[in-house]
Amino acid sequence: MHPIFANFRRLLLYLLAWGPVSAVLIYLFVSIGGMTSGLAVALAIPLCLYYAFVCLSAWYSCRGTRLQNSSAWLKHFITAAGAGLSWVIVARLLAIAFSSTHYFPGVQEQVKREVPLLWAAGTFLYLLSTAVFYILLSSQAAHEAEKGVVEAQALARESELKALKAQVNPHFVFNCLNSISALTATDPAKAREMCILLAEFLRKALGLGEKQLIPLEQELDLIHTYLSVEQIRFGTRLKFEEETNADTHAWMLPPLLLQPLIENAIRHGVATLTEGGWVRLEISNKSADRLAIQVRNNFDADAPRKRGTGIGLKNVRGRLDTTYGQRALLDVRTEGECFHVSLEVPSDMKAARQSA
Amino acid sequence: MKQHEAIRVIIVDDEDLARQIIREMLQAHPEIEVVGECSNGFDAVKAVAEIKPDLLFLDIQMPKLDGFEVLELVGNDIAVIFATAYDEHALRAFEVHAVDYLLKPFRADRFNEALARAKERIGKKIPVSPEQLSATVRDPGQYAERIVVKDGTRVQIIPVSKLDFAEAQDDYIALACQGKKYLKQQTISSLETALDPKSFVRIHRSCLVNLERVGRIEPYGKDSHIVILNDGTRLPASRAGLKRLQEFLGGS
Repeated sequence: MHPIFANFRRLLLYLLAWGPVSAVLIYLFVSIGGMTSGLAVALAIPLCLYYAFVCLSAWYSCRGTRLQNSSAWLKHFITAAGAGLSWVIVARLLAIAFSSTHYFPGVQEQVKREVPLLWAAGTFLYLLSTAVFYILLSSQAAHEAEKGVVEAQALARESELKALKAQVNPHFVFNCLNSISALTATDPAKAREMCILLAEFLRKALGLGEKQLIPLEQELDLIHTYLSVEQIRFGTRLKFEEETNADTHAWMLPPLLLQPLIENAIRHGVATLTEGGWVRLEISNKSADRLAIQVRNNFDADAPRKRGTGIGLKNVRGRLDTTYGQRALLDVRTEGECFHVSLEVPSDMKAARQSA
Repeated sequence: MKQHEAIRVIIVDDEDLARQIIREMLQAHPEIEVVGECSNGFDAVKAVAEIKPDLLFLDIQMPKLDGFEVLELVGNDIAVIFATAYDEHALRAFEVHAVDYLLKPFRADRFNEALARAKERIGKKIPVSPEQLSATVRDPGQYAERIVVKDGTRVQIIPVSKLDFAEAQDDYIALACQGKKYLKQQTISSLETALDPKSFVRIHRSCLVNLERVGRIEPYGKDSHIVILNDGTRLPASRAGLKRLQEFLGGS
């Protein structure tokens, strides 16, 4: 939308600004062209009105041409000269029309004398409006950019907060603290150990959350710390098996991609089984550039459904989408009393370099 | 509570350490006797039926049955203190008139405060109806996914999709599920509000039917109709009930 046409008040102000221009034109017509003041007014007002709208068109060429282009000024100058010429032509046409009325004898001659002046003034005015529109455009761009920055900051903060919440499940933390509270009386050494393990887990989770990509090795380390805490809570109820290939350990992944899957497996699996349950993690190279990850756990199909089912998985899916787009796979299925999450990610050298 | 007798307590929590801390804090109170410990909802229902304790310490997230389901099945003449790690259930606990709601981990003085409240409550009938109890089993704004029924000391879980129909019988409802019937102390209206109205239709004052089981409808007498289910069961339908049923069947 043209900024001047955007509202009626602006258009009115713009046309008022042409008042002084027409006054100058009338003065020049009288003093240089030797016209009567009546003729000067009759000529100048329609001419200014016409040219006011011609100058508005400069907006479109400003928007289409970046000032950084070396040819931009030349282009604008040629357009301005053309616009000035059109002004001259309109003036001469007006003169022809006026001369036919016999009220203004010699008007054609008088206007002819004004031609160089009109052309120069027309070119100058057009260039002036071009400059004004460029200023307007850049201030608009600055405003947009500022808005964009603020929005981006808000978004980043929000996602940071979400990530933080996703990393540390409050149920887990409070239950751990309760276990520690219980252990202080019966087994102080174990209580201390659990305190330290919990602190270690929290420190690692918060630290890793800030990074873009981490080696699989670090994620596994986080998982092991997490499991050693859960092992104290669940005791023999929790059985964990792991099968990973050592040459996958350098593989770069978004942080906290797998730990939530293990936590889910415990929350919705082991925790629902009175006799305890198992969680199994398998990681292997599917091919030279694809990594396959499987998390399996058994669960009680009759257990009451817990709140938050699916939130962890949704987060994982979101992380995969933002990191890999369509190139990662996430498949979730239930096979009898076994829950199976399988994940496939491409090796992403570009992403790996960015984080390095 | 009878005089000079110990207050009998059952502790229900799936984590050993969580039961241990409650037991430890109860040691300071010689008038309390721990008569049972359960690590899941099934055992809790069974133990309460057999031992009839005065007070229950109840975790909410547990295997088999959650704390609210346990409470629905054991009824309202036991004082209950919920002990849980997170406060998202506090409002529901208040609705079932729990004595108190302890957030883990808790301090000894906070624990003693809850216990003092429980002692006042024990022996008094708690003004909470079975309807209120069953209403709080669900998360607010959600329909039930399963129905829990006590069958003697055993607990039966009926997934809503397996419920064929429900009939009112005096103070109970009979839940028909794959040829078997289970009795539950609940009104048919409260069951109706718990179920998704897109799946279950009230075809009669005393009958609620699973839409997927409806086979055909036949006229019966002058004013009434009979709904015949896929398994051959015949259920009477009132005129208003028939209209509701036809609205659903016509729409599909």
